[in-house]
Amino acid sequence: MSAPISSDEVRSDQVQPDQVIRAQGLTRRFGDFVAVDALDLAVERGTIYGFLGPNGSGKTTTVRMLIGLLTPSAGSVTVLGHSLPRDAEWLKRRIGYMTQRFSLYEDLSVRENLQFVARIYGLGYRQAKARIRTLLDAYELADMSRRRAGAMSGGQRQRLALAAATMHEPQLLFLDEPTSAVDPQSRRDFWEKLFDLVDAGTTILVSTHYMDEAERCHRLAILERGKKRADGPPQQLMDDMGARVVEIEAPDQRRLRQQLLALPQVVSAAQLGSRLRVLVADDIDDPVAWLRAQPVAVGAGTIEAARPSLEDVFVISTGGAERE
Amino acid sequence: MNPLRRILAILAKELTQLRRDRVTMGMIVMLPLIQLMLFGFAINTDVRHIPAALVDQSNTALSRVLAQAVTATQVVDFTERHATPEQAQHAIVQGRVRAALIIPDDVAKRVARSPSLGLGLGTPRATDEELSRPVAQWLVDGSDTMIASSIKGLRNMPLGELLRKPVNQSTPTFAVALLFNPEQRSAVNIVPGLVAIILTMTMIMFTSAAIVREGERGNMEMLINTPVRPIELMLGKIVPYIFIGLIQALIILGLGHLVFRVPLGGGLLALTSATLLFIGASLSLGLVLSTIAKSQLQAMQMTIFILLPSILLSGFMFPYEGMPRAAQYIAEALPATHFMRAIRAVLLRDALLADIRTDALWLLGFMLAGLIVASLRFKKRLD
Repeated sequence: MSAPISSDEVRSDQVQPDQVIRAQGLTRRFGDFVAVDALDLAVERGTIYGFLGPNGSGKTTTVRMLIGLLTPSAGSVTVLGHSLPRDAEWLKRRIGYMTQRFSLYEDLSVRENLQFVARIYGLGYRQAKARIRTLLDAYELADMSRRRAGAMSGGQRQRLALAAATMHEPQLLFLDEPTSAVDPQSRRDFWEKLFDLVDAGTTILVSTHYMDEAERCHRLAILERGKKRADGPPQQLMDDMGARVVEIEAPDQRRLRQQLLALPQVVSAAQLGSRLRVLVADDIDDPVAWLRAQPVAVGAGTIEAARPSLEDVFVISTGGAERE
Repeated sequence: MNPLRRILAILAKELTQLRRDRVTMGMIVMLPLIQLMLFGFAINTDVRHIPAALVDQSNTALSRVLAQAVTATQVVDFTERHATPEQAQHAIVQGRVRAALIIPDDVAKRVARSPSLGLGLGTPRATDEELSRPVAQWLVDGSDTMIASSIKGLRNMPLGELLRKPVNQSTPTFAVALLFNPEQRSAVNIVPGLVAIILTMTMIMFTSAAIVREGERGNMEMLINTPVRPIELMLGKIVPYIFIGLIQALIILGLGHLVFRVPLGGGLLALTSATLLFIGASLSLGLVLSTIAKSQLQAMQMTIFILLPSILLSGFMFPYEGMPRAAQYIAEALPATHFMRAIRAVLLRDALLADIRTDALWLLGFMLAGLIVASLRFKKRLD
């Protein structure tokens, strides 16, 4: 099964030694609806690549195309040097996939679920036993190995799902909104596990709609309505977002926001408790002084520059779509 | 090695899930048990004690003896009496009785002239109005043909007893020797058929939900991302149910033998092969349905769609030979028809494997076709 394909792998590896995923013009239509629109992607080995986008932005559809579950309507995908959907079966042994919805068996125990996955991936009895013990320890599931998956908390289920997805030690791991049903502490712990996997040489592609998670990725693509709006390392995205952040403390924020939004230089203004977070286009050199000079800002309290966040990048890159 | 390991993985998982599903486990045992008791006792093609009305217009000793003689046949029970035939007919319309016996006031004269009494007048000419008149009349609700034919059976009831005269020995045209089921008990024919019906129901039901359930519970997206092949998944899904099917067949046949004294003739090899092949055929048919259905509810509807013709056309309720040609073709396309024939042949007529080979091959064909179609239809994709 793998013999004729491996030569293919060598060839494409020579061209792009470090790219584990490469997609060009990736498009998927469902009837008239375009879920993913001409997406170009390149994911490098040993990194965490994030898809950031709201619900319905095409994250899941893209992930499904990248693992060969959905056939693209147009465009090409190469994963681990193999073209999809042709080599989907070959890839299944080398990639792990953690679905958005918990997809292990709720009526089986932790150990039974892992045993099932181990056998399906063809691990021998002894090999499976050792691997399951390692995973139970690594994902802190050892003391609940007899508990049914259906009776576990969101965080525990998520660790079980990750353990199952990494059972066959895949080179490439796809995680589709892995932390959507999990509390913040579990989320932090979960990301620790992901970095452990990356240290061991795994490449991870993760989709999320949490900014704090997106910030942890090595590289990020912001998706909106099936289109890629931005792509790059989070810090670079923040540096290059084309706007500066200013926070204003003011008594009547609602009115001030309306008035600020009427100015062409103001990209967005959002209320954060008692403060107003304003994004000002970066052709204005000193946004604090500029704002203070505006008539609408009369009566405002402190006006100071703030550190840009990914949310600002997100607002700017997706706000463009609304103006189109 | 790996394909086998993956089949075993699916199999072990199915068994564990099944073991945890108390209701289903209960159904596996209770369903054949209750159905057998219910149908074994309830289904009876030999109709007796039909409620009937009596209109005795003669009201003589003779008419009373005639009514008693009719009651003594056990075919009918006179549950009500009426003065006029119109009242009796009304009772039939209302459904209180299924038939009415009208004894005319000149019954004594009619009985005396009746040739069946053999008072020496010989066989009357067909044109002889006086002599060919029947003694009394039945009004029958003919809508149910089985009840009607039971009462029609009373047409030639001998009248000798009425006059305490020995009945003339009549010579039948044909001698009939009943080779099997000489006591003519319906249960003997029903119980083997029940094996087919109950297995059709449970086997198709279990597997028709098998694939859909994985989808509905969200497990499918994980499963299709593993190296498991469609045929491995299909085999792993049906093997546990083969054992369940065998347990059910054992319950029905064992109890059928003990309670209803159904003979267990024929070869054990023939019985086991036919049952296994039928279980396999039903399970793979269920798998095909499972690849078509989008939800467990749809799978259930499709199961009923197969189950009803299996009950009505397979020969379980009505003889296959009595059906029109088109219905026979449909029946041939149902695994239940072939198993019905095979298991009745084996159990009731002591047939051996060689005698039922045609139906056995049909069942094998159904099984293989079902497995192939289900595997081809099952796609490891979401589009």
